[in-house]
Amino acid sequence: MSQTLQETFARLWTLDRDVLAIAWLSLRVSLTAVGIGLLLGVPLGALIAVARFPGRDALVGLLNTFMGLPPVIVGLILYLALSRSGPLGALGLLFTPTAMVAAQAVLATPLVAALTRQVIADAEAHLGEQLRSLRLSAPRRAGVLIYDARFSLFTAALAAFGRAISEIGAVLVVGGNIDGHTRTMTTAISLETQKGDLSLALALGAVLMSLVLAVNAAAAFLRGHAVKAYG
Amino acid sequence: MSAEPVIHLDGVSLTLGGRPILDRLSLEVAARGITALIGPNGAGKSVTLRVIDGLLRPDTGSVRLAPGRRAFVFQRPALVRASAAANVALGLIPLDLARRERAERTEAALARVGLSERASDAATRFSGGEQQRLVLARAWAMQPDLLLLDEPTASLDPAATETIESLIVEMAGAGTAVLLVSHNLGQVARLADETVVLSAGRAVERGPTRSVLFSPRTAEARAYLTGELPWTSFAAAS
Repeated sequence: MSQTLQETFARLWTLDRDVLAIAWLSLRVSLTAVGIGLLLGVPLGALIAVARFPGRDALVGLLNTFMGLPPVIVGLILYLALSRSGPLGALGLLFTPTAMVAAQAVLATPLVAALTRQVIADAEAHLGEQLRSLRLSAPRRAGVLIYDARFSLFTAALAAFGRAISEIGAVLVVGGNIDGHTRTMTTAISLETQKGDLSLALALGAVLMSLVLAVNAAAAFLRGHAVKAYG
Repeated sequence: MSAEPVIHLDGVSLTLGGRPILDRLSLEVAARGITALIGPNGAGKSVTLRVIDGLLRPDTGSVRLAPGRRAFVFQRPALVRASAAANVALGLIPLDLARRERAERTEAALARVGLSERASDAATRFSGGEQQRLVLARAWAMQPDLLLLDEPTASLDPAATETIESLIVEMAGAGTAVLLVSHNLGQVARLADETVVLSAGRAVERGPTRSVLFSPRTAEARAYLTGELPWTSFAAAS
């Protein structure tokens, strides 16, 4: 065990370009997926929070359920859709980083939407009457409330990033863990563990943890600055 | 007062959460000047404002309003986490003004309430008095035909109250019909031309402010007015 740890530290210093490339791909895929998740999930969650329509409660329940969507199921469904005989097979996206982004975006979107809905519902309790009194349309009200709650939405973004960067099931199924092409931190760690190269797996794990820490620290820094100006 | 009322409620009833709030309320508000809506807690004053503004729909009865723009100032200042200027400009979104006019009106409104210097400061960091001035600046910028005020100076100090009151008087002078809900009977006496007394969801008395406050005709109005501390001190002083 102690030997493994020693090796881990040794390898951390000598991490080669391959590992950096894997780390970069992981970061790129997950950040892109979170970006898409925010673009889709924030307006969706906010609209559900401000609009009143039949079936709204059911939709909220569905959204909350989708927060716990198993990544491997998402991967499987996307695999079927993207496989050569699937409805999207012609796009030729299976086993590409794009497919991995799509899979993680499917995981991130409901999470962002559900958290946004809660945050916007709270903001609505305070501002909703005023905005309705101004006779703003539902999308306009949603926009104002998103702006009002923007600092709280940081948490939704971070939660989505955490979910995306740490999942393995979806990227493994639709990406295929191809060396130099679709291998991410999580799939690499899993592979090295199976191969018995525990020190490399641990070194990769340390890099992954550092990535998550760095992104969270950067977000906290940005949020702190923004709140200072307009809390 | 002019002949055509700006607000005409006829037999409006509303039950909220199983509790009857408005009970066949009939009410007319003059198209000019300031009308005060007074009455004990739970009489339905705030709900009446919300029904007039369309935020609540009555179960029965009719709400007729003269065409025109409305502005509503809530008891708790509703401000977005943004600059003071952005919060004033928010009220101008539905007016579809050119960018330049919106900026001009925002600037003028902030100047009117003495907050020009703080235009780019975070509105949610303002003091209570400043926040209420800001929401009134928003209403002022909208140049409404009807201004609904729900206890706009509750919990404000005398200086802030004075500023708010002078703004209300100015807007009324400029032709805005004002409906003011207030528990501050001194304020009602200072500002309102007409006063309506609400009790248990009905308008029990209506008339020129002086006569309603000094010689109420109904038992409900008398009970409310004599039990009201600010009013007794005001009466003693005058």
